[in-house]
Amino acid sequence: MLSRTADHLYWMSRYTERAENLARLLDVTWQMSLVPQSVAAENQNWGAILALNSLESRFAESYAEINAENVLRFMVTDPNNLSSIYSCLRAARENAHAVRGTLTSETWEACNMTWLEVREQKFEQIMASGIGQYFEWVKLRSALIRGVTFGTMLQDEAQNFIRLGGFIERADNTARILDVKYHVLRTNGDEGTTDFYRWGAVLRSLSAFEVYRKVYRDVITPARIADLLILRLDMPRSLHACTKGLVRVLEAIKNGQSAETERLAGILHAHIHYARIDDIFKQGLHEFLTDFMDRIYDLGDGIGRDFLVPAA
Amino acid sequence: MKTTFFNEMYDAAGTVRPHYRAYADWLAATAPERIVRKRAEADIAFHRVGITFAVYGEEAGKERLIPFDIIPRIIPAKEWKTLQQGLRQRVKALNAFLHDIYHDQHILDAGHIPREQVLNNAQFRPEMKGIDVPAGIYAHIAGVDLVRAGEGEFYVLEDNLRVPSGVSYMIEDRKMMMRLFPELFSRQKIAPVQHYPDMLLENLRTVAPQGVQNPTVVLLTPGAYNSAYFEHTFLAQQMGVELVEGRDLFVKGETVYMRTTQGPQRVDVIYRRLDDDFLDPLAFRKDSMLGVPGLLTAYRAGNVTLANAIGTGVADDKSIYPYVPEMIRFYLGEEPILNNVPTYMLRKPDDLKYVLDHLPELVVKEVHGAGGYGMLVGPASTTGQIEAFRQRIIAAPEKYIAQPTLALSNCPTFVESGIAPRHLDLRPFVLSGKTIDMVPGGLTRVALREGSLVVNSSQGGGTKDTWVLED
Repeated sequence: MLSRTADHLYWMSRYTERAENLARLLDVTWQMSLVPQSVAAENQNWGAILALNSLESRFAESYAEINAENVLRFMVTDPNNLSSIYSCLRAARENAHAVRGTLTSETWEACNMTWLEVREQKFEQIMASGIGQYFEWVKLRSALIRGVTFGTMLQDEAQNFIRLGGFIERADNTARILDVKYHVLRTNGDEGTTDFYRWGAVLRSLSAFEVYRKVYRDVITPARIADLLILRLDMPRSLHACTKGLVRVLEAIKNGQSAETERLAGILHAHIHYARIDDIFKQGLHEFLTDFMDRIYDLGDGIGRDFLVPAA
Repeated sequence: MKTTFFNEMYDAAGTVRPHYRAYADWLAATAPERIVRKRAEADIAFHRVGITFAVYGEEAGKERLIPFDIIPRIIPAKEWKTLQQGLRQRVKALNAFLHDIYHDQHILDAGHIPREQVLNNAQFRPEMKGIDVPAGIYAHIAGVDLVRAGEGEFYVLEDNLRVPSGVSYMIEDRKMMMRLFPELFSRQKIAPVQHYPDMLLENLRTVAPQGVQNPTVVLLTPGAYNSAYFEHTFLAQQMGVELVEGRDLFVKGETVYMRTTQGPQRVDVIYRRLDDDFLDPLAFRKDSMLGVPGLLTAYRAGNVTLANAIGTGVADDKSIYPYVPEMIRFYLGEEPILNNVPTYMLRKPDDLKYVLDHLPELVVKEVHGAGGYGMLVGPASTTGQIEAFRQRIIAAPEKYIAQPTLALSNCPTFVESGIAPRHLDLRPFVLSGKTIDMVPGGLTRVALREGSLVVNSSQGGGTKDTWVLED
């Protein structure tokens, strides 16, 4: 397969996944902001989203103040912010367009229709009809694109690159959500019932609330949340599940120069696979997650070099 | 001045011509509502598949549908046989000409074409001198534009030897007709055209560099913003070859490779839909982002075949066109089967004077123009337009040629007011490799505006399915 084709498929998948996870992150922040708290504390939560994506200075160019409305506008519909949901879905569609011949018509149409709808939605309308509903819609569109892709596409190399992009992006995004929210939980904790709502919101943002209940049948604690979202292999958005997926796909697509990337993926997977939650906390969760995100970044780099834009 | 036009369907007395009889009977017997429904169905289908083309000079990136007309253009077998012979002869001579001017230049020595007309032509590529291309073929794919005029004789309007397009419409039009009106195809023997991509692939494989057993063929496109991008994806898919952009290829050790997920893969034949100027930034336009650095070196080393070859433009240039009959006599020792349109070359003072005196009757074209842009159709222009064009001619006469306005034949066509005659042309696609082949017929383009003689899709032209009736 042409490297450029693989590149477009990989990024179509990454941008779709990124839009979905951004919707999840913004949704949980929005829900948390509904729990009574000081204005300063709330704006700090919104500021953390900008920091997470290193967007503070870009934001400051167009917006005076960090608050819920401005950050939402910036991260949802702002076409000038290349990290907004709007921009991610546009990039996903552009990548899909470039390889239309490789996709099934269902996948192409799902991707194209999503973009056509997003393009029409104005921020004021989204707020008026409820932004939670909008985030639900983004998540569902992403699920639809994923569903028609795996439901209609030949299980070949093309599908592997779509899976690869999905795993890389999801691993990164789960770690980010956990990092930014867990941090906030720790510093603002000790408030009893409030914590329950905040932690519940984090779980919901990763579709893990019901799963948590089923797995632990116990009160929600930060340690168990971390255990579920990092170590549980049966939890589809966990770091463990994502790294295992990465190792498998890399094994399937390997070529003459990808041995090092495969090795890095294998080490990262073993690192998560044999980790214990107590050790992670001893190391410090933030340090653990930062290290994980760095390694995922290096993996993405290696994938690009080995498969997508190889040197001549 | 009243001109009578040759009508493809009816003779002068208004009687249906024999080869149209079966179709005319069917049309008369078919309920108008069914026709209306089928035409709408065709529109929807073309839109859904995305058979569109981009228009230059309008809103950027705008895509339009090329109108499709359900009344076919029918050619009797006997007539096609003559056309086919004429096309073979002409393309053979053009390839011989290209080989000659990039080697010994016999035709120039013999004085049949003024030397400077060839050597000073912007389309003449000195880089090609002395290179031996596989099978001596330069124009592997030629799209020769034919028109029928006057009493019914065919003329060649131009030989497109660079990157002729339109063949995907020929195939899609046929697919559409068979889908809408299958009964028409069981009534009479209509020569098939859908095997064109197979013929093209086979042709491209036969011109691979020497010694290559199982050549890898790719189609090189300028990218998704090109007006013919649909056709590029269509042909690549139909042939089962990779559709590549310049950045997908690289040259190492005078060999061309494409970047794949399994590492570099050698490329042997490039069906390029990219103009000479953009092929290689090291050799031609330095600002080209679309080409492949070093491609010319690999090509000169004989490690890759380009179809069409570099430098074919010198043979289809409007200033060389008047000499094609001469080429046929010189290289083949035969008399031309197809007519050339008499052409005035405005660089000649006598021709210039005549043309300036007769502008309202003539068609004036830019020597290097294409696609129906920048031309004057005298009889269809206002005095103001003619005078404006006159100034452009006087400013640079060598940039123009002029021809008498041909009374292009017409054919009944569905238009807003019902069925009315519209002018048309025909572009057969001639494939040259070890042999010269073509599918019967070609692409028929029709000028949808009443009285218009310009059939280019960029100027509001449509297409018709083209039938060659087998006996």
